[in-house]
Amino acid sequence: MAKIIIPTPLRKFTDRNNSFNTDAQNVKEALTQLTKQYPDLKKHLFDDEDQLRSFIKIYVGDDEINGLDNGSPDLSDDTVVSIVPAIAGGTDDH
Amino acid sequence: MELSITQEVQNYMKNHAEEIYNDECCGFLYGKEEEKRVITLAKEVINSKEGDKRRRFKIDPQDYQQAERFAVENDLDLLGVYHSHPDHPARPSETDLRQAVPFFSYIILSVMKGKTDNITSWQLNENGEFEEEKINILQKQS
Repeated sequence: MAKIIIPTPLRKFTDRNNSFNTDAQNVKEALTQLTKQYPDLKKHLFDDEDQLRSFIKIYVGDDEINGLDNGSPDLSDDTVVSIVPAIAGGTDDH
Repeated sequence: MELSITQEVQNYMKNHAEEIYNDECCGFLYGKEEEKRVITLAKEVINSKEGDKRRRFKIDPQDYQQAERFAVENDLDLLGVYHSHPDHPARPSETDLRQAVPFFSYIILSVMKGKTDNITSWQLNENGEFEEEKINILQKQS
């Protein structure tokens, strides 16, 4: 089974679990399974148009993937998928 | 909401923020989340924002993943992020809010003319708004 690594800030929505095993065939399907299991997580990963939020990055192994529509990579038994929040901020412009 | 930080953590963040001034500094906060949230370690990370860093900070996703691993390896919880606002108040900006994730404490240091002026901490509430957390400084036991 492939494994999704849940980042610390989102574990409050996954009953404190830090990973999720999935038999999904690709990343998009895996994230769908994850959010079906933990519905409260969905709004933190996807916007109203079901697109990944801009500050959520998905890594398959060490490689970042760009969106889920084009080339959502296939998963194998030992694939590790990481959900990574892009941390950023700053002062208001004046 | 309330969190405790050690005097060492406070000093570390102040030194970092003043050293980097007038750019924004950033770093991770580690500790334990039990009955109360206690921050026992702060660790600086490179501000990977390209170009002008006086108004923005960004943490590279690879550095984020490293921080998660560091927490596991050292039996700590990754509990938040600190950053500085050079010559601006220690209040979260619209940019901070847009990028914020739940659960994390966001400590902000206001650095005025190179000296730390104020330190505040914020966490998203259930409505997705920032709520200020009272900071309790833990003095070193002698």
